[in-house]
Amino acid sequence: MCDRCGERKASIHLTQIVDNTVTTAHLCEACAADQGVKTGEPGASLPLSGFLGAPGPGAAAVLTGGVDAGPCSFCGASLGDFRETGRLGCPHCYAAFEPQLRELLRRIHGASQHVGRLYLGAAAPATAEVPKLLAVWREQLRRAIDTENFELAAELRDRIRGLE
Amino acid sequence: MTVDLSLLPDGGLSWLDGSGPDSGIVLSTRIRLARNLQGRPFTARAAEADLASTRDQVVAAARATPQLSSTASLFRVDELELLDRQLLHERRLISRELAGLQRERPVCRGAALLSDGALGVMVNEEDHLRMQSLRSGFDLEHAYALLERFDAEMGTRLPFAFHPEFGYLTACPTNAGTGLRASVLIHLPGLVLTKEIAKVLQGLSQVGLTFRGLYGEGSEVVGNFFQLSNQTTLGKSEEDLVDHLGAMVRQVIDYELRARDVLGREAPAVMADKVWRAYGLLRYARSLSFEETMNLLSGVRLGHGLNLIHDVSVYTLNKLLIFTQPAHLAEREGRALSDPELPIARAAFVRRTLEADAGRRGPDGS
Repeated sequence: MCDRCGERKASIHLTQIVDNTVTTAHLCEACAADQGVKTGEPGASLPLSGFLGAPGPGAAAVLTGGVDAGPCSFCGASLGDFRETGRLGCPHCYAAFEPQLRELLRRIHGASQHVGRLYLGAAAPATAEVPKLLAVWREQLRRAIDTENFELAAELRDRIRGLE
Repeated sequence: MTVDLSLLPDGGLSWLDGSGPDSGIVLSTRIRLARNLQGRPFTARAAEADLASTRDQVVAAARATPQLSSTASLFRVDELELLDRQLLHERRLISRELAGLQRERPVCRGAALLSDGALGVMVNEEDHLRMQSLRSGFDLEHAYALLERFDAEMGTRLPFAFHPEFGYLTACPTNAGTGLRASVLIHLPGLVLTKEIAKVLQGLSQVGLTFRGLYGEGSEVVGNFFQLSNQTTLGKSEEDLVDHLGAMVRQVIDYELRARDVLGREAPAVMADKVWRAYGLLRYARSLSFEETMNLLSGVRLGHGLNLIHDVSVYTLNKLLIFTQPAHLAEREGRALSDPELPIARAAFVRRTLEADAGRRGPDGS
């Protein structure tokens, strides 16, 4: 039952930290909306949706600013679709909206460069990808050496040799 | 009900057995890796034929790995009734999203789970596949080791979508890069009672970690059970993400133990009363809501940790967490239970379980 009106079924469970105390309020949709808790929109439960909607020079500005990228040529999804749902349409969207997503990824993760496990694929990468991949790995190798991550450095060195 | 969880080794409950490290405080450790296949739309935009093809391809690849070759069971989630899907979710084998329990997101065509309980792969969730491993107690190292080998095997059989700069590509950019989310389900009544919890949670958010309730994203905190996990997935290696979470959880465990020590030293009578009241209610109540059950179980679990109560094992407490949920009670009764029936069935089940446990241990709890 809703904590506020005591009439309708509680369907929103809002956990908040106020003055060092964790409180959980159980609210029906109407009372939640009354208190300014947005729930009804698609993707509202995603942490990203709030992030995308942030006013000012936030992620929304990043995604709306600059040249309009046009829809992804593979799946037809647009940046507008992404803003609405918080989800991209297909892996090609990352290339279609590369500059916007790079900025967004930096804001979300504090970085846009993957430094984890490398994937060469069930098949070898396309020839056009090779120079780009080599450049990225060389940069990763340099960083791995700088941070004395010698295990990763050895793996990268082997991969670079393999691809060269 | 049509789903048969007895096909899984231990019914998929081995993570509950309380055998893992620090299992008095940490119930379980879970790590998942999100992956997508090249050249096809993400699940939400995929056509029915794509969804079926993804399912078949992923299941065939997983069945060909040494990890899931003979022991895994396939659940066609999209063909299951609501109660069965809820059962898999309550058993923590699938996410709320894959189970299609959210009104705005019904179950997706092609949704499937291949699992042996400890290791599994969800297919056609938000991402094409989400591989996950689940271990008893605080055991990030083994959870990741198992998953890493499985991922490497799957990667030789499936064309994963990967970008040289952005890493593994996911439907939501919050998961891109490693696609790794490691989480630890931890019981923190000491920090809640000493009112230190908010400080600890705020501290965790400042070091890139986040917390959720028992059932992951969007779920509320009940019974002082928190899921602590990494917030970001890109810009750090898998090992760094896992190690960082591990180091922080180790600190949280130390804080929790200190808080319990303070409670035990400064308010022993209050603590004993709280613990035994919780046990008494669970043992004799005739109607219990799920939330009340969780809170009472939290009290008894704390009593176990403070060495105040020996009438019940950690394994039994863990099992009660799972088997007092609505779909599990319905499975036991062999039919769906109405809202007024549920609290009564729950109280009866808790009573019987605790009686049996106390009986096995003898009147003095030994």
